[in-house]
Amino acid sequence: MTAIRPLCTVALRVLQETSAAEDVLQDIFMQLWRNPGAFDASRGNMGAWLAVIARHRAIDALRKRKPEDDFENVVVSVEPDLASDADRSRAMAKVKEAFEWMSAQQRAALEMAYFEGLTHAEIAEKTGEPLGTIKTRIRTGLLSLRKVLAA
Amino acid sequence: MSVHEQFAEDLALYALGTLPGGERLALEKHLEGCASCRRELEVVRGDLAVVALTANGPRPPARSRQRLVSAIAKEPRTSVAPAAAAARTEPSRTFAWWGVLGWAAALGLVLVAISLMRTNSALERNLASLKAQFGDQEAKLRQANDILATLIDPEAKKIELVAAGSKPQPRGKAIYRRQSRGLIFLASSLPQLPPEKIYELWLFPADGGAPIAAGLFRPDSRGNATVVNPPLPEGVEAKNFAVTLEPESGSHESPRGTAVIVGAGE
Repeated sequence: MTAIRPLCTVALRVLQETSAAEDVLQDIFMQLWRNPGAFDASRGNMGAWLAVIARHRAIDALRKRKPEDDFENVVVSVEPDLASDADRSRAMAKVKEAFEWMSAQQRAALEMAYFEGLTHAEIAEKTGEPLGTIKTRIRTGLLSLRKVLAA
Repeated sequence: MSVHEQFAEDLALYALGTLPGGERLALEKHLEGCASCRRELEVVRGDLAVVALTANGPRPPARSRQRLVSAIAKEPRTSVAPAAAAARTEPSRTFAWWGVLGWAAALGLVLVAISLMRTNSALERNLASLKAQFGDQEAKLRQANDILATLIDPEAKKIELVAAGSKPQPRGKAIYRRQSRGLIFLASSLPQLPPEKIYELWLFPADGGAPIAAGLFRPDSRGNATVVNPPLPEGVEAKNFAVTLEPESGSHESPRGTAVIVGAGE
């Protein structure tokens, strides 16, 4: 149950609408039900894999487009696997720290891309900043996240 | 980082799922041949998954589960067998599946039960329908048997009606159905058999072939006799039937004796 909750959260953060988030989760679980072989251990940690799929599908739904990723093509690498509450608490603290370390602009660009599914062009238009700057901010924001998570 | 620097920014956007069409295709092409960039993509996706997995938010509403229950109940799971096979060979993976999916997996079991119940109901409906059909067929069969029993029962009263004042003459009626090789022959007023003699019914084929033996018979004390469905070759069109008086012993493959009654055909 605890693994399902973040999926619901991330879909809801992207879509801002409970029923749309439910649709996305239902769609994912139905696909898994029909084809349980879509996930195997080589694709990484199950919870992380589902989180990536849920977010991507939520963005696809937000943009009213067909899913761009096949389940089978998504491979996710997460260490540790966050299966225990202790691992998860530590990771939560690290993510919080990483976002605090980012500049306000980096954080804003990353959140717009992550939770709103905006492209860098849309973020540039929204913020009035150059495309290249937004791309760099997103990448450096992710590098900051990596640095903290790997520490 | 071992990633190709020219793709680093696009890789970040790709992991976020926000890289637009043209650039996306170019990066996917590069990823096909670049293991280090694929590995980098996995790691960035992992970092982003951690962000999702550490997000706190509302629990999925109960109705979500109910919707899933209803949706899964509507469709049979076709790949149970491969999943079961995987479970046998890789128990740890299966454990992860059930552990992570938790309620969805538990629901699955419930749903299998629901699905079985529905299948069971459908089978029961089919069974009821078959029972009704069987009952109908049985009634028709009983009716046919009653008719046949009346026709062939030696105890049944058989009275031949003839012109008033005239003596009953030996007669017979053959009812033949080529498609099913069905033959019912009813005779009356046949003379009593002389010693060591027997009556034999013959079918004369329409194609002019040799007569075909259609059964030996002895009439009762009043000269009545019936022959029902004797063994006959398939698909023979009948032109006529006749009854001859034959020696009781010896071959009965072809008529040797004298004709007693002969049909006119149709």
